[in-house]
Amino acid sequence: MSFLLPFLKIDKTVQDRIVPPSGFTAQLTILTSAAMAFLAVFALTLSLATGRLADRWAGELAQSSTVRISAPIAQVEAQTKAALAVLETTPGVREARALDADEQRALLEPWFGPSLPLDSLPLPVLIDVKETAEGYDSESLRLRLAGEAPGAVLDDHTRWRKPLITAANRLRLLGVVSLILIGGVTAAMITLAANAALAANGQVIRVLRLVGAKDAYIASAFVRQFTFRGFSGALFGAFLGTVAIALLPDAQTTGGFLTGLGFRGYEWFWPFVIPPFAACVAYGATQFAAKQTLKRLM
Amino acid sequence: MIEFNNVAYGYGGQDLLTEISLSLAPGSFHFLTGPSGAGKTTFLKLCYCELQATAGRVQLLGKDTRNIARDDVAGLRRNIGVVHQDCKFLDHLSVSENVALPLLVAGKSRDETNLNELLAWVGLSERADALPAELSGGERQRAALARAVIMSPEVIIADEPTGNVDWEMSLRLLQLLVELNKMGKTVIIATHDMHLIRQAKSQVQARVLRIANRRIQQAGVDL
Repeated sequence: MSFLLPFLKIDKTVQDRIVPPSGFTAQLTILTSAAMAFLAVFALTLSLATGRLADRWAGELAQSSTVRISAPIAQVEAQTKAALAVLETTPGVREARALDADEQRALLEPWFGPSLPLDSLPLPVLIDVKETAEGYDSESLRLRLAGEAPGAVLDDHTRWRKPLITAANRLRLLGVVSLILIGGVTAAMITLAANAALAANGQVIRVLRLVGAKDAYIASAFVRQFTFRGFSGALFGAFLGTVAIALLPDAQTTGGFLTGLGFRGYEWFWPFVIPPFAACVAYGATQFAAKQTLKRLM
Repeated sequence: MIEFNNVAYGYGGQDLLTEISLSLAPGSFHFLTGPSGAGKTTFLKLCYCELQATAGRVQLLGKDTRNIARDDVAGLRRNIGVVHQDCKFLDHLSVSENVALPLLVAGKSRDETNLNELLAWVGLSERADALPAELSGGERQRAALARAVIMSPEVIIADEPTGNVDWEMSLRLLQLLVELNKMGKTVIIATHDMHLIRQAKSQVQARVLRIANRRIQQAGVDL
Protein backbone atom coordinates (compact mmCIF):
# COMPACT_ATOMS: atom_id res chain seq x y z
CA MET A 1 0.00 0.00 0.00
CA SER A 2 3.02 2.30 0.17
CA PHE A 3 2.40 3.37 -3.44
CA LEU A 4 -0.77 5.06 -2.20
CA LEU A 5 1.01 7.40 0.19
CA PRO A 6 1.93 10.11 -2.37
CA PHE A 7 -1.76 10.29 -3.31
CA LEU A 8 -2.93 10.82 0.21
CA LYS A 9 -0.98 13.97 0.99
CA ILE A 10 -3.25 16.57 2.50
CA ASP A 11 -1.08 19.65 1.84
CA LYS A 12 -1.86 21.17 -1.52
CA THR A 13 1.31 21.83 -3.47
CA VAL A 14 1.23 23.27 -6.99
CA GLN A 15 1.51 19.71 -8.26
CA ASP A 16 -1.71 18.83 -6.44
CA ARG A 17 -3.46 21.89 -7.88
CA ILE A 18 -2.45 21.48 -11.53
CA VAL A 19 -5.87 20.03 -12.26
CA PRO A 20 -8.44 22.56 -11.05
CA PRO A 21 -11.03 21.16 -8.65
CA SER A 22 -14.30 20.62 -10.49
CA GLY A 23 -17.25 20.52 -8.10
CA PHE A 24 -19.46 18.11 -10.01
CA THR A 25 -17.00 15.28 -10.58
CA ALA A 26 -15.42 15.71 -7.16
CA GLN A 27 -18.76 15.45 -5.36
CA LEU A 28 -19.91 12.57 -7.58
CA THR A 29 -16.79 10.57 -6.85
CA ILE A 30 -16.91 11.15 -3.10
CA LEU A 31 -20.64 10.41 -2.93
CA THR A 32 -20.36 7.24 -5.04
CA SER A 33 -17.42 6.00 -3.04
CA ALA A 34 -19.16 6.71 0.27
CA ALA A 35 -22.41 5.02 -0.79
CA MET A 36 -20.61 1.97 -2.16
CA ALA A 37 -18.47 1.64 0.96
CA PHE A 38 -21.62 1.84 3.11
CA LEU A 39 -23.20 -0.97 1.07
CA ALA A 40 -19.95 -2.93 1.10
CA VAL A 41 -19.99 -2.97 4.91
CA PHE A 42 -23.44 -4.59 4.83
CA ALA A 43 -22.44 -7.07 2.12
CA LEU A 44 -19.38 -7.92 4.19
CA THR A 45 -21.51 -8.41 7.30
CA LEU A 46 -23.94 -10.63 5.41
CA SER A 47 -21.14 -12.72 4.01
CA LEU A 48 -19.41 -13.14 7.38
CA ALA A 49 -22.63 -13.82 9.29
CA THR A 50 -23.83 -16.47 6.84
CA GLY A 51 -20.39 -18.02 6.89
CA ARG A 52 -20.59 -18.27 10.66
CA LEU A 53 -24.11 -19.67 10.44
CA ALA A 54 -23.13 -22.34 7.92
CA ASP A 55 -20.15 -23.35 10.04
CA ARG A 56 -22.27 -23.49 13.18
CA TRP A 57 -25.01 -25.55 11.60
CA ALA A 58 -22.50 -27.88 10.07
CA GLY A 59 -20.60 -28.23 13.34
CA GLU A 60 -23.49 -28.47 15.75
CA LEU A 61 -25.66 -30.82 13.77
CA ALA A 62 -23.12 -32.96 12.03
CA GLN A 63 -22.69 -35.41 14.92
CA SER A 64 -26.08 -35.37 16.50
CA SER A 65 -29.43 -36.96 15.70
CA THR A 66 -32.81 -37.44 17.28
CA VAL A 67 -35.02 -40.46 17.86
CA ARG A 68 -38.70 -39.61 18.18
CA ILE A 69 -41.02 -42.05 20.00
CA SER A 70 -44.57 -41.67 18.73
CA ALA A 71 -46.56 -44.47 20.31
CA PRO A 72 -49.83 -44.97 22.25
CA ILE A 73 -49.43 -43.43 25.73
CA ALA A 74 -49.37 -46.82 27.40
CA GLN A 75 -46.42 -47.97 25.30
CA VAL A 76 -44.35 -44.80 25.33
CA GLU A 77 -42.25 -45.62 28.36
CA ALA A 78 -41.54 -49.21 27.27
CA GLN A 79 -40.62 -48.19 23.74
CA THR A 80 -38.41 -45.41 25.06
CA LYS A 81 -36.50 -47.89 27.21
CA ALA A 82 -36.22 -50.32 24.30
CA ALA A 83 -34.96 -47.61 21.97
CA LEU A 84 -32.40 -46.43 24.56
CA ALA A 85 -31.22 -50.03 24.96
CA VAL A 86 -30.79 -50.38 21.22
CA LEU A 87 -28.88 -47.09 21.05
CA GLU A 88 -26.56 -48.02 23.93
CA THR A 89 -25.47 -51.11 22.07
CA THR A 90 -25.09 -49.46 18.68
CA PRO A 91 -21.50 -48.92 17.54
CA GLY A 92 -20.88 -45.27 16.75
CA VAL A 93 -23.33 -43.89 19.34
CA ARG A 94 -21.47 -42.03 22.08
CA GLU A 95 -24.46 -40.96 24.19
CA ALA A 96 -28.23 -41.29 24.06
CA ARG A 97 -30.69 -39.79 26.51
CA ALA A 98 -34.36 -38.85 26.55
CA LEU A 99 -35.15 -35.16 26.92
CA ASP A 100 -37.04 -34.29 30.08
CA ALA A 101 -40.10 -32.05 30.23
CA ASP A 102 -38.12 -28.86 30.91
CA GLU A 103 -35.87 -29.42 27.91
CA GLN A 104 -38.86 -30.07 25.68
CA ARG A 105 -40.52 -26.92 26.99
CA ALA A 106 -37.36 -24.93 26.21
CA LEU A 107 -37.42 -26.29 22.67
CA LEU A 108 -41.03 -25.33 22.11
CA GLU A 109 -41.01 -22.00 23.95
CA PRO A 110 -39.82 -19.86 21.01
CA TRP A 111 -42.85 -21.09 19.02
CA PHE A 112 -45.64 -21.38 21.60
CA GLY A 113 -44.62 -19.06 24.43
CA PRO A 114 -43.50 -19.77 28.03
CA SER A 115 -46.76 -21.04 29.57
CA LEU A 116 -47.01 -24.21 27.54
CA PRO A 117 -49.11 -27.00 29.25
CA LEU A 118 -46.87 -29.88 28.19
CA ASP A 119 -48.78 -32.43 30.27
CA SER A 120 -51.99 -31.92 28.32
CA LEU A 121 -50.31 -32.20 24.91
CA PRO A 122 -49.69 -35.53 23.19
CA LEU A 123 -46.04 -34.78 22.54
CA PRO A 124 -43.67 -37.52 21.43
CA VAL A 125 -40.64 -38.36 23.55
CA LEU A 126 -37.39 -37.15 22.03
CA ILE A 127 -34.08 -38.96 22.47
CA ASP A 128 -30.97 -36.90 21.82
CA VAL A 129 -28.27 -39.03 20.23
CA LYS A 130 -24.59 -37.99 20.14
CA GLU A 131 -22.36 -39.80 17.71
CA THR A 132 -18.71 -40.70 17.92
CA ALA A 133 -16.35 -39.25 15.35
CA GLU A 134 -16.80 -42.35 13.20
CA GLY A 135 -20.62 -42.15 13.34
CA TYR A 136 -23.11 -45.01 13.10
CA ASP A 137 -24.76 -46.91 10.30
CA SER A 138 -28.14 -45.17 10.14
CA GLU A 139 -29.82 -47.83 7.95
CA SER A 140 -29.05 -50.72 10.28
CA LEU A 141 -30.03 -48.60 13.30
CA ARG A 142 -33.38 -47.84 11.68
CA LEU A 143 -34.00 -51.56 11.11
CA ARG A 144 -33.09 -52.44 14.71
CA LEU A 145 -35.31 -49.67 16.08
CA ALA A 146 -38.20 -50.82 13.90
CA GLY A 147 -37.84 -54.28 15.42
CA GLU A 148 -37.44 -53.28 19.11
CA ALA A 149 -39.47 -50.06 19.27
CA PRO A 150 -41.91 -49.74 16.36
CA GLY A 151 -42.89 -46.19 17.33
CA ALA A 152 -39.27 -44.93 17.14
CA VAL A 153 -38.32 -42.76 14.18
CA LEU A 154 -34.66 -41.90 13.63
CA ASP A 155 -33.97 -38.39 12.34
CA ASP A 156 -30.26 -37.93 11.60
CA HIS A 157 -30.87 -34.26 10.49
CA THR A 158 -29.43 -34.93 7.05
CA ARG A 159 -32.73 -34.19 5.38
CA TRP A 160 -32.87 -30.56 6.53
CA ARG A 161 -29.25 -29.89 7.56
CA LYS A 162 -27.91 -30.08 4.01
CA PRO A 163 -30.36 -27.58 2.47
CA LEU A 164 -29.76 -25.20 5.38
CA ILE A 165 -26.00 -25.32 4.96
CA THR A 166 -26.42 -24.98 1.19
CA ALA A 167 -28.67 -21.95 1.74
CA ALA A 168 -26.19 -20.39 4.16
CA ASN A 169 -23.29 -20.99 1.77
CA ARG A 170 -25.28 -19.46 -1.07
CA LEU A 171 -26.04 -16.42 1.05
CA ARG A 172 -22.32 -16.13 1.75
CA LEU A 173 -21.64 -16.39 -1.98
CA LEU A 174 -24.29 -13.74 -2.58
CA GLY A 175 -22.44 -11.45 -0.16
CA VAL A 176 -19.17 -12.01 -2.02
CA VAL A 177 -20.87 -11.41 -5.39
CA SER A 178 -22.40 -8.22 -3.95
CA LEU A 179 -18.93 -7.06 -2.90
CA ILE A 180 -17.60 -7.74 -6.40
CA LEU A 181 -20.54 -5.89 -7.95
CA ILE A 182 -20.03 -2.96 -5.59
CA GLY A 183 -16.36 -2.82 -6.60
CA GLY A 184 -17.34 -2.98 -10.27
CA VAL A 185 -19.97 -0.25 -9.98
CA THR A 186 -17.51 1.93 -8.05
CA ALA A 187 -14.93 1.46 -10.79
CA ALA A 188 -17.48 2.25 -13.50
CA MET A 189 -18.74 5.39 -11.75
CA ILE A 190 -15.23 6.66 -11.07
CA THR A 191 -14.24 5.95 -14.68
CA LEU A 192 -17.22 8.04 -15.84
CA ALA A 193 -16.38 10.85 -13.42
CA ALA A 194 -12.69 10.75 -14.42
CA ASN A 195 -13.65 10.83 -18.11
CA ALA A 196 -15.85 13.86 -17.45
CA ALA A 197 -13.02 15.56 -15.55
CA LEU A 198 -10.51 14.79 -18.33
CA ALA A 199 -12.90 16.09 -20.99
CA ALA A 200 -13.59 19.25 -18.99
CA ASN A 201 -9.88 19.86 -18.55
CA GLY A 202 -8.82 19.54 -22.19
CA GLN A 203 -7.23 22.99 -22.03
CA VAL A 204 -5.20 22.02 -18.96
CA ILE A 205 -3.95 18.90 -20.76
CA ARG A 206 -2.99 20.96 -23.84
CA VAL A 207 -1.08 23.49 -21.72
CA LEU A 208 0.74 20.77 -19.79
CA ARG A 209 1.76 19.07 -23.03
CA LEU A 210 2.88 22.40 -24.44
CA VAL A 211 5.30 22.91 -21.56
CA GLY A 212 6.74 19.40 -21.89
CA ALA A 213 4.64 17.23 -19.59
CA LYS A 214 4.67 13.52 -20.32
CA ASP A 215 1.36 11.68 -20.40
CA ALA A 216 2.28 9.72 -17.27
CA TYR A 217 2.70 13.02 -15.41
CA ILE A 218 -0.65 14.37 -16.67
CA ALA A 219 -2.41 11.11 -15.80
CA SER A 220 -0.91 11.11 -12.31
CA ALA A 221 -2.34 14.56 -11.64
CA PHE A 222 -5.86 13.22 -12.26
CA VAL A 223 -5.17 9.85 -10.62
CA ARG A 224 -3.96 11.57 -7.44
CA GLN A 225 -7.17 13.58 -7.18
CA PHE A 226 -9.51 10.67 -7.82
CA THR A 227 -7.62 8.24 -5.59
CA PHE A 228 -7.86 10.69 -2.72
CA ARG A 229 -11.56 11.30 -3.38
CA GLY A 230 -12.24 7.56 -3.62
CA PHE A 231 -10.41 6.95 -0.36
CA SER A 232 -11.99 9.81 1.59
CA GLY A 233 -15.52 8.96 0.38
CA ALA A 234 -15.05 5.28 1.24
CA LEU A 235 -13.65 6.18 4.65
CA PHE A 236 -16.79 8.17 5.44
CA GLY A 237 -19.14 5.49 4.02
CA ALA A 238 -17.37 2.65 5.80
CA PHE A 239 -17.46 4.57 9.08
CA LEU A 240 -21.21 5.16 8.76
CA GLY A 241 -21.80 1.54 7.75
CA THR A 242 -19.77 0.25 10.70
CA VAL A 243 -21.68 2.49 13.13
CA ALA A 244 -24.97 1.22 11.66
CA ILE A 245 -23.83 -2.39 12.11
CA ALA A 246 -22.69 -1.68 15.66
CA LEU A 247 -26.18 -0.34 16.45
CA LEU A 248 -27.90 -3.56 15.31
CA PRO A 249 -29.35 -5.74 18.12
CA ASP A 250 -27.02 -8.32 19.67
CA ALA A 251 -27.29 -11.95 18.60
CA GLN A 252 -30.00 -13.79 20.54
CA THR A 253 -30.91 -17.44 20.43
CA THR A 254 -34.55 -16.51 20.13
CA GLY A 255 -33.88 -13.85 17.53
CA GLY A 256 -32.81 -16.20 14.77
CA PHE A 257 -30.45 -15.28 11.97
CA LEU A 258 -31.19 -11.55 11.68
CA THR A 259 -29.92 -10.67 15.16
CA GLY A 260 -26.69 -12.50 14.34
CA LEU A 261 -25.77 -9.93 11.67
CA GLY A 262 -22.66 -8.03 12.61
CA PHE A 263 -18.98 -8.48 13.20
CA ARG A 264 -17.34 -10.64 15.85
CA GLY A 265 -13.87 -10.10 17.29
CA TYR A 266 -11.22 -9.52 14.64
CA GLU A 267 -13.96 -9.16 12.00
CA TRP A 268 -14.35 -5.53 13.12
CA PHE A 269 -11.11 -4.80 11.22
CA TRP A 270 -12.65 -5.81 7.89
CA PRO A 271 -14.46 -2.45 7.30
CA PHE A 272 -11.07 -0.73 7.53
CA VAL A 273 -9.99 -2.68 4.45
CA ILE A 274 -12.71 -1.01 2.38
CA PRO A 275 -11.21 2.55 2.07
CA PRO A 276 -7.78 1.36 0.83
CA PHE A 277 -9.56 -1.04 -1.50
CA ALA A 278 -11.75 1.81 -2.81
CA ALA A 279 -8.59 3.90 -3.30
CA CYS A 280 -7.08 1.05 -5.35
CA VAL A 281 -10.25 0.82 -7.45
CA ALA A 282 -10.22 4.60 -8.00
CA TYR A 283 -6.52 4.47 -8.86
CA GLY A 284 -7.05 1.74 -11.46
CA ALA A 285 -10.22 3.28 -12.92
CA THR A 286 -8.66 6.74 -13.31
CA GLN A 287 -5.45 5.31 -14.77
CA PHE A 288 -7.56 3.49 -17.34
CA ALA A 289 -9.69 6.57 -18.15
CA ALA A 290 -6.65 8.86 -18.35
CA LYS A 291 -4.75 6.47 -20.59
CA GLN A 292 -7.70 6.19 -22.99
CA THR A 293 -8.38 9.93 -23.06
CA LEU A 294 -4.75 10.99 -23.48
CA LYS A 295 -4.34 8.46 -26.29
CA ARG A 296 -7.43 9.91 -27.99
CA LEU A 297 -6.07 13.45 -27.62
CA MET A 298 -2.82 12.61 -29.45
CA MET B 1 18.72 22.91 -35.36
CA ILE B 2 15.44 22.82 -37.33
CA GLU B 3 15.35 21.26 -40.79
CA PHE B 4 12.45 20.89 -43.20
CA ASN B 5 13.03 18.59 -46.14
CA ASN B 6 10.30 18.83 -48.81
CA VAL B 7 7.67 18.97 -46.10
CA ALA B 8 3.94 19.11 -46.74
CA TYR B 9 1.06 19.28 -44.32
CA GLY B 10 -2.50 18.56 -45.33
CA TYR B 11 -5.81 18.30 -43.58
CA GLY B 12 -9.09 16.95 -44.92
CA GLY B 13 -7.49 16.05 -48.24
CA GLN B 14 -6.20 19.56 -48.81
CA ASP B 15 -2.56 20.67 -48.58
CA LEU B 16 -2.09 23.67 -46.27
CA LEU B 17 1.68 23.73 -46.74
CA THR B 18 3.74 22.09 -49.45
CA GLU B 19 7.32 21.80 -50.70
CA ILE B 20 8.82 23.40 -47.61
CA SER B 21 12.56 22.92 -47.49
CA LEU B 22 14.71 25.04 -45.22
CA SER B 23 17.21 24.91 -42.43
CA LEU B 24 17.23 27.18 -39.36
CA ALA B 25 20.72 27.43 -37.90
CA PRO B 26 21.48 27.59 -34.16
CA GLY B 27 21.46 31.14 -32.84
CA SER B 28 19.61 32.53 -35.87
CA PHE B 29 16.70 34.99 -35.74
CA HIS B 30 13.70 34.55 -38.06
CA PHE B 31 10.52 36.39 -38.80
CA LEU B 32 7.75 34.35 -40.34
CA THR B 33 5.27 36.51 -42.15
CA GLY B 34 2.44 36.24 -44.59
CA PRO B 35 -1.27 37.03 -44.86
CA SER B 36 -3.77 35.69 -42.35
CA GLY B 37 -4.56 32.03 -43.04
CA ALA B 38 -1.36 31.54 -45.04
CA GLY B 39 -0.17 28.79 -42.69
CA LYS B 40 2.16 30.61 -40.29
CA THR B 41 0.73 28.90 -37.21
CA THR B 42 0.69 25.54 -39.01
CA PHE B 43 4.37 25.98 -39.86
CA LEU B 44 5.18 26.85 -36.24
CA LYS B 45 3.19 23.86 -34.98
CA LEU B 46 5.35 21.65 -37.18
CA CYS B 47 8.37 23.28 -35.49
CA TYR B 48 7.29 22.17 -32.00
CA CYS B 49 5.64 18.88 -32.96
CA GLU B 50 2.07 19.96 -32.30
CA LEU B 51 1.41 18.70 -35.83
CA GLN B 52 3.08 15.96 -37.82
CA ALA B 53 4.07 16.54 -41.45
CA THR B 54 1.98 14.51 -43.88
CA ALA B 55 4.92 14.30 -46.29
CA GLY B 56 8.64 15.00 -46.16
CA ARG B 57 10.85 15.05 -43.10
CA VAL B 58 11.04 17.50 -40.19
CA GLN B 59 14.09 17.29 -37.94
CA LEU B 60 13.97 19.13 -34.64
CA LEU B 61 17.16 19.41 -32.58
CA GLY B 62 18.55 16.46 -34.51
CA LYS B 63 15.45 14.29 -34.00
CA ASP B 64 13.37 13.00 -36.91
CA THR B 65 9.77 13.73 -35.95
CA ARG B 66 8.23 11.06 -38.17
CA ASN B 67 6.59 8.45 -35.92
CA ILE B 68 8.05 10.18 -32.86
CA ALA B 69 6.82 8.79 -29.51
CA ARG B 70 4.63 11.01 -27.32
CA ASP B 71 7.21 11.03 -24.53
CA ASP B 72 9.92 12.12 -26.99
CA VAL B 73 7.67 15.02 -28.02
CA ALA B 74 7.56 16.04 -24.35
CA GLY B 75 11.36 15.89 -24.27
CA LEU B 76 11.57 18.12 -27.36
CA ARG B 77 9.12 20.64 -25.93
CA ARG B 78 11.41 21.14 -22.93
CA ASN B 79 14.00 22.44 -25.39
CA ILE B 80 11.59 24.54 -27.44
CA GLY B 81 9.90 27.45 -25.67
CA VAL B 82 6.61 28.54 -27.22
CA VAL B 83 4.76 31.84 -26.79
CA HIS B 84 1.20 31.87 -28.13
CA GLN B 85 -0.88 34.88 -28.98
CA ASP B 86 -3.46 33.68 -26.41
CA CYS B 87 -0.68 32.68 -23.98
CA LYS B 88 -2.35 29.41 -22.83
CA PHE B 89 -2.07 29.67 -19.05
CA LEU B 90 -3.60 27.55 -16.33
CA ASP B 91 -6.01 30.19 -15.12
CA HIS B 92 -6.29 28.86 -11.55
CA LEU B 93 -2.53 29.13 -10.92
CA SER B 94 -0.65 32.34 -10.15
CA VAL B 95 1.75 34.00 -12.59
CA SER B 96 4.82 32.61 -10.80
CA GLU B 97 3.29 29.11 -10.69
CA ASN B 98 2.49 29.30 -14.40
CA VAL B 99 5.97 30.51 -15.23
CA ALA B 100 7.51 27.70 -13.18
CA LEU B 101 5.22 25.05 -14.72
CA PRO B 102 7.83 23.66 -17.18
CA LEU B 103 10.20 23.04 -14.24
CA LEU B 104 7.46 21.29 -12.32
CA VAL B 105 6.48 18.91 -15.13
CA ALA B 106 10.14 18.17 -15.83
CA GLY B 107 10.61 17.21 -12.17
CA LYS B 108 13.13 20.00 -11.57
CA SER B 109 13.23 21.98 -8.36
CA ARG B 110 12.01 25.55 -8.46
CA ASP B 111 14.84 27.96 -7.67
CA GLU B 112 13.10 31.01 -6.20
CA THR B 113 16.08 33.28 -6.91
CA ASN B 114 16.17 32.36 -10.59
CA LEU B 115 12.40 32.64 -10.82
CA ASN B 116 12.44 36.11 -9.26
CA GLU B 117 15.25 37.20 -11.58
CA LEU B 118 13.29 35.92 -14.57
CA LEU B 119 10.13 37.72 -13.45
CA ALA B 120 12.21 40.89 -12.93
CA TRP B 121 13.70 40.49 -16.43
CA VAL B 122 10.21 40.53 -17.98
CA GLY B 123 9.08 43.25 -15.54
CA LEU B 124 6.56 41.16 -13.60
CA SER B 125 8.11 41.03 -10.12
CA GLU B 126 5.14 42.85 -8.64
CA ARG B 127 2.63 40.59 -10.40
CA ALA B 128 4.05 37.22 -9.34
CA ASP B 129 1.07 36.28 -7.19
CA ALA B 130 -1.59 37.61 -9.56
CA LEU B 131 -3.82 35.28 -11.53
CA PRO B 132 -3.49 35.36 -15.35
CA ALA B 133 -6.95 36.89 -15.68
CA GLU B 134 -5.75 39.89 -13.66
CA LEU B 135 -2.94 40.71 -16.12
CA SER B 136 -3.02 43.10 -19.03
CA GLY B 137 -2.34 41.83 -22.56
CA GLY B 138 1.30 42.91 -22.45
CA GLU B 139 1.84 41.41 -19.03
CA ARG B 140 0.35 38.12 -20.20
CA GLN B 141 2.70 38.02 -23.19
CA ARG B 142 5.71 38.73 -20.98
CA ALA B 143 4.63 36.04 -18.51
CA ALA B 144 4.26 33.61 -21.44
CA LEU B 145 7.76 34.55 -22.60
CA ALA B 146 9.15 33.98 -19.09
CA ARG B 147 7.52 30.53 -19.05
CA ALA B 148 8.92 29.78 -22.51
CA VAL B 149 12.50 30.50 -21.45
CA ILE B 150 12.56 29.15 -17.88
CA MET B 151 13.95 25.78 -19.04
CA SER B 152 16.64 27.65 -20.99
CA PRO B 153 15.50 26.09 -24.29
CA GLU B 154 17.57 26.21 -27.46
CA VAL B 155 14.69 27.50 -29.58
CA ILE B 156 12.08 30.19 -28.82
CA ILE B 157 8.96 30.22 -30.99
CA ALA B 158 6.54 33.12 -30.70
CA ASP B 159 3.24 33.06 -32.58
CA GLU B 160 1.97 36.62 -33.06
CA PRO B 161 3.31 37.70 -29.65
CA THR B 162 2.51 41.35 -30.33
CA GLY B 163 -0.96 40.75 -31.74
CA ASN B 164 -2.81 41.99 -28.66
CA VAL B 165 -0.45 44.65 -27.32
CA ASP B 166 0.29 48.29 -28.06
CA TRP B 167 3.36 49.47 -29.99
CA GLU B 168 5.36 50.29 -26.89
CA MET B 169 4.81 46.82 -25.47
CA SER B 170 5.59 45.29 -28.89
CA LEU B 171 8.99 46.94 -28.78
CA ARG B 172 9.54 45.75 -25.21
CA LEU B 173 8.75 42.16 -26.23
CA LEU B 174 10.97 42.45 -29.31
CA GLN B 175 13.79 43.70 -27.13
CA LEU B 176 13.42 40.66 -24.82
CA LEU B 177 13.48 38.27 -27.78
CA VAL B 178 16.55 40.02 -29.24
CA GLU B 179 18.28 39.66 -25.85
CA LEU B 180 17.53 35.93 -25.91
CA ASN B 181 18.93 35.67 -29.44
CA LYS B 182 22.10 37.42 -28.31
CA MET B 183 22.38 34.74 -25.62
CA GLY B 184 22.56 32.16 -28.44
CA LYS B 185 18.93 31.11 -28.66
CA THR B 186 17.29 30.46 -32.01
CA VAL B 187 14.23 32.71 -32.30
CA ILE B 188 11.29 32.37 -34.69
CA ILE B 189 8.55 35.00 -34.59
CA ALA B 190 5.38 34.76 -36.63
CA THR B 191 3.98 38.22 -37.29
CA HIS B 192 2.30 40.25 -39.98
CA ASP B 193 3.52 43.47 -38.37
CA MET B 194 6.04 44.86 -40.89
CA HIS B 195 6.82 47.83 -38.61
CA LEU B 196 8.06 45.42 -36.00
CA ILE B 197 10.24 43.62 -38.55
CA ARG B 198 11.74 46.93 -39.69
CA GLN B 199 12.33 47.95 -36.09
CA ALA B 200 14.23 44.68 -35.48
CA LYS B 201 16.58 45.56 -38.36
CA SER B 202 18.57 47.94 -36.22
CA GLN B 203 18.99 45.40 -33.42
CA VAL B 204 19.60 41.99 -34.93
CA GLN B 205 20.58 40.10 -38.08
CA ALA B 206 17.27 38.50 -39.02
CA ARG B 207 15.87 36.48 -41.90
CA VAL B 208 12.32 36.87 -43.12
CA LEU B 209 10.39 33.81 -44.22
CA ARG B 210 7.25 34.65 -46.15
CA ILE B 211 4.49 32.09 -46.54
CA ALA B 212 2.15 32.52 -49.46
CA ASN B 213 0.36 30.06 -51.74
CA ARG B 214 1.20 27.23 -49.30
CA ARG B 215 4.95 27.70 -49.83
CA ILE B 216 7.77 29.65 -48.21
CA GLN B 217 8.55 32.11 -50.97
CA GLN B 218 11.23 34.43 -49.76
CA ALA B 219 13.39 32.24 -47.60
CA GLY B 220 16.83 33.68 -47.13
CA VAL B 221 16.02 37.38 -47.61
CA ASP B 222 17.96 39.36 -45.02
CA LEU B 223 16.68 42.60 -43.61
